[in-house]
Parts: sequence; C-alpha cells; structure tokens
Amino acid sequence: MQEVVPVECKTRKAVPSEALKEEAAPGLRGPSEGEELIRLDNVYKIYQMGEETVHAADGVSLVIRRNEMVAIVGQSGSGKSTCMNIIGCLDVPTRGKYYLEGEDVSGMSDDQQADIRNRSLGFIFQQYNLIPKLDVLENVELPLIYKGISERERHERAKAALDRVGILSKMHNMPSQLSGGQQQRVSIARALAGDPPIILADEPTGALDSHTSQEVLGFLQRLNAEGNTIVLITHDMEVAKKAKRIVRIADGRIVEDFMTGAGSEGKERSS
Amino acid sequence: MNFKQSFRMAVKSIKGSKMRAFLTMLGIIIGVGSVIVLVSLMNGLTSDMTSQFESMGTNTLTVMVMGRGGNRSFGVDQMEELVEENPEYLSSFSPTVSASVTAKADTESVSTSVTGVNEMYQEIQSLELSEGRFMSYIDVERRQRVCVIGTYLVQELFGGGSPVGRSIKLNGVNYKVIGVLEETGDSEESSSDDIIYMPYTSAMKLSGTGTVSSYTLAATDRNLAEQAKTLVENALYKTFSDDSAYRVSSMSEMIDTINEMTGSMTMVLVGIAGISLLVGGIGIMNIMLVSVTERTREIGIRKSLGAKRKDIMRQFVIEAATTSSMGGVAGILFGVVVAYAAGVIMDMTVVPSMGAILLAFSVSVGIGMIFGYFPANKAAKLNPIDALRYD
Repeated sequence: MQEVVPVECKTRKAVPSEALKEEAAPGLRGPSEGEELIRLDNVYKIYQMGEETVHAADGVSLVIRRNEMVAIVGQSGSGKSTCMNIIGCLDVPTRGKYYLEGEDVSGMSDDQQADIRNRSLGFIFQQYNLIPKLDVLENVELPLIYKGISERERHERAKAALDRVGILSKMHNMPSQLSGGQQQRVSIARALAGDPPIILADEPTGALDSHTSQEVLGFLQRLNAEGNTIVLITHDMEVAKKAKRIVRIADGRIVEDFMTGAGSEGKERSS
Repeated sequence: MNFKQSFRMAVKSIKGSKMRAFLTMLGIIIGVGSVIVLVSLMNGLTSDMTSQFESMGTNTLTVMVMGRGGNRSFGVDQMEELVEENPEYLSSFSPTVSASVTAKADTESVSTSVTGVNEMYQEIQSLELSEGRFMSYIDVERRQRVCVIGTYLVQELFGGGSPVGRSIKLNGVNYKVIGVLEETGDSEESSSDDIIYMPYTSAMKLSGTGTVSSYTLAATDRNLAEQAKTLVENALYKTFSDDSAYRVSSMSEMIDTINEMTGSMTMVLVGIAGISLLVGGIGIMNIMLVSVTERTREIGIRKSLGAKRKDIMRQFVIEAATTSSMGGVAGILFGVVVAYAAGVIMDMTVVPSMGAILLAFSVSVGIGMIFGYFPANKAAKLNPIDALRYD
C-alpha cells in the first residue's frame, strides 16, 4: 500500500455522472466504457455504538462496470467490509443510493435483497463457507435450489460449474475431505453456478498458503478474462495487484482509485 | 426451495445426528405410545363389558316394584295384561323372584341363589342349555319342584357328572334337576354359572314371599326399548301415582351409561398421556433452538446464497415436524406392541383404534410444527452478516 500516494479525499455531495467523467473523482475512475453494474452514490453507513457514532461508510461513491476486476483494499476497520456488505446486498446504506444493474436496491426488504443476491451475486468467502454436512455437488447446487431450478437442470449446471474449476471428480466428497484450496474452488464453483453477473470475493486467499493463493487468484483472473465481473475485497496489496483496478478505502472513504496494469489491456492510472 | 427438498434436507440433518434425534423423539414416542396403549386397553375393556351386557339382551327392561305401604301392588296378571295390550312394543315378560338358599346333593352343600322365572325367561335372556330342558308353562302353573342349574353347581354338587333327573335339596326341600345351563362365566363361585332357575311360583313358595316385585321384559326391538320403557312407566304410575314406588331400567340405557363412563375415563387417561406429548414437544423446541444456534453460520451461508426468510423458516419447521412425526410413527408401533403385550399379560381384549392412531400421528406432526415454529422463526430472522461472522 505504501507505493501509492493517497489522493486527497473530500466529502462530496452526489455529483451527476456526466460531470464526473472529466473530474474522475476516486471511485469513479474505472473504464468509462461499458455497462454500469454497480453504482454507489454517496453511500453512508452509520452505526451507533454506545455513545459513539461510527461512520463505517462516509460518503462512498463508486462505479464498477461489466467485466472489470476491482480490488477494494483497506485495513481492518477501514470500512471495506461495510462496503462489501452493501455491494453484496447483505446490508442497506443508512443514506445514499446503491444501484445494481441499474436497479435501486438501497431500500429493499430482506427477502428482496435475498432475491438480488441469488440472481446477481456470487460470493466467495475467506472461510469458504461450505455447509459441512452437504457434499460438494449439493453445496454447489444451493444457490440453484433457491432459484427454484428443476433437479435435473440443477445437477447439470452444478456439474458444469465444478468442471469449470476443475474439481468435478470430487463432486461426491464431503467438504471436510478436501484441502483448503479445493474447498475454495468448490466455493468458487458455487458462486458461478447461478451464473451471476458479479462475483464478490471477500479475502478469498486469507486462509490459503501462498502457492494455493496464487492458484486461486489466477483462477479469478481467468474468470475475469472469460467475461465475469469480479470485486475482490482484501487487506493484502499483493493480492489486490492481481486486479485491474484498485480502490483503497480508509476511514469509510475512498482515498485512492487507480488502474494497476494487470491483465492485458490495463494501463497505469494512478494519481 | 420446495417441500421435497426441505424434507430431504430435514432427513439428512436428522441422519447426521442420530442419537440426538432419537432422544428428541423419545418424548414423542412415549407420549404417542402411551396414548395408543391406553386407548387400546380402554377400548378393549369397553367392548368386553358391552358384549357381556349385550349377551343379556339389549332389548330387555328390568322393572322393580317397591310398592307404597303394601296396599297396592302390580301383580303378574297386571303385567301380563300390559304386555298383551301392547304387542307392538313388548313381546314377552317374566317375573323374577330371588332367594338365597343352601343347596345340597348327596353330601356336598353350597350357598347359592335361586331366581324364579317363567317359561319366557329363556328366550328373553337368550339362555343356552347344554343338557335337559328349561321349565315349561305347565311347570310354572303347577308349581313344579323342578330347576335348571349352572355349571358351577354341577361341579360342586355332582362332581361334574350329569345331574339331569337327579334331585337337589334346596333349604331341605327336594327339587328335580331338569336342565343344565351352558357355561358363560368360568364356572366360578358368584359367576353367572353359580345360579339356579326354577318356576317363579315355586320360588315364591321357597322364599315365602307373597308378591312378585321384579320383572324382566323384552321389548320387540332394541330401538323401541325407550318407548317400551315409557309405556311401562306410565302404567306403573297409573297404579301407584308415585314415581318413587317403582324403577324401570333398560339394558341399552345401561350399556350407554357404561360406554359413557369408560369414555370419560379414557379421556382422562389420554389427557394424562397427552401431557407427556406436550413435554415431548417442548423437548423438540429445545433441541431445535440449540440446532438453530449451532447452525447460525449455515443459515448465514444459505441467506447469502439467496435463501429467503420463508425458505429458512420452512427448512426448520419441516425438520421439527419430520423429527416429531418419525417419533409419532415409532410411538404408534411401540404403543401397539405394548398394548398387545399388556393384553396378553393381563388377559384383556385389546382394540387399537384406527382413529386413535391417526389422531396420534397428526398430533405429533402438529406438535413438531407448532414447537418448531418459534426456533424456525428465530432462524429466519437472523441477519446474514452476523450469521456469517458467527463461529
């Protein structure tokens, strides 16, 4: 994180996107081409912790377009988890708007959010979060079950997803019989199974050794090359560098937003 | 997520912790089992008693005349007239005169009771004879010293040999045995086999009573027994102008009373057994609450993958209902087996009722759903962020 000079960050009111193309404020610096998948408009998340009021997100504005691979970095307590929760529709902003695929999801009910998560988001967690008493195939089928897909199609799609991560042969194993790397691949397959436009990876390498981490990151890059939009949340700059674009968060605000040059066509855009 | 999937998931989760599932079910097994056992045994008892009374004829009426100061009575002639005037309700009647006697044959002697009746009595009470004949009209008219005896007396006085044609001394007077009744009890003392029938005219002489105070009547049909009873009561009221001077009771009424009594006894016992079902239900709720806590992370994962509240809700409710209905089925099997075993040991008739089995099963499913609701609701309301972070 040290190699980049933090940009100045001012608390802004929501600015029309047209004007921002020129300004290129942090969070809105991604490629200007392509369909907007995620748009955070001046998002605040404010908690009351005892006497103290915590601004976990303090006016975050961010646009992520289709086929981007963005890393959101920040230290613990920086507010990156809050951002990830809001992007992942696990939480709603206190103020501000969140548009996912053009739809305002900031004021949705629990069940509506569940529906959006099922349709538009694939989660990859640090702890893999596989359900231990279901086998690999059943775990991958879960999002499809909640989608209401027929049994036969579910099997086919889950198998296809497992095949994509190269772990089809383990489909009847229990998660506990797999190594960490293999489990993470299963969780990637699960994220892919429902074919969501966005893959949200929360510290996907946090529990893996460096070799396996490289493998998993390589895999995410490949998915990105194949057309998936990937949002990576991490505290590790080395991991973040694998993304095409890095958004750094501190104290609930975006302090940096630049292109890394990773991937084929990326150019350095750091300020 | 549909029902089938939820059910499969429930079975999987129950299989995953067999011991816990069994212990959870135990409450339901015991509850359902005891309901089945009690209902089966009570049903058996009721049907035993009912059939015993029914064998005495469900269309019979018993009339007791206590009289009023002795100046008025309701004699055999009056009763005969009453029966003859109402052929559509009453088919026949017999006076019944009771007396206690000492019966003696050769050297053996026993105390027993004599019932004096007429020739119609055999038909009214559907008495079967194993040997000889019942008394005839002539025997009654001529006050013949003849009698029909039960198998207990045959055993006690004649050592099991055929007594027909032989003499028996009742309070020192000789009577001729003309018939032997079919065994209906176990030939025990004071059972229905410890009995002597003789013409009521002879019995009156034997006991020294001048009037007949008790009658057994047969209604033409079981369904007409109530009308027949009213008819007899009206006739008696005309004579005595006082309804405490007589009492008329019908056998079907008595059977109804018995059924009512055993019915309410069954309800009380089932109610007690039902308490253990309730306790079983609370056990299920307890385990489900623990299970929700243990599976907080799983719930978080499911929610992050798109499970709605109702999906989580359904999963847990179905799991609770599956646990308790499995307990219910085990309880039914257990109950039926125990009921039959108890029936054999205690020599009772066992009648497991399909109704009780179905009711017990649906109650156990219902208990699972009701007691699963609260934990399921708790699970459904979990915040996915907190649930995912839970260790």
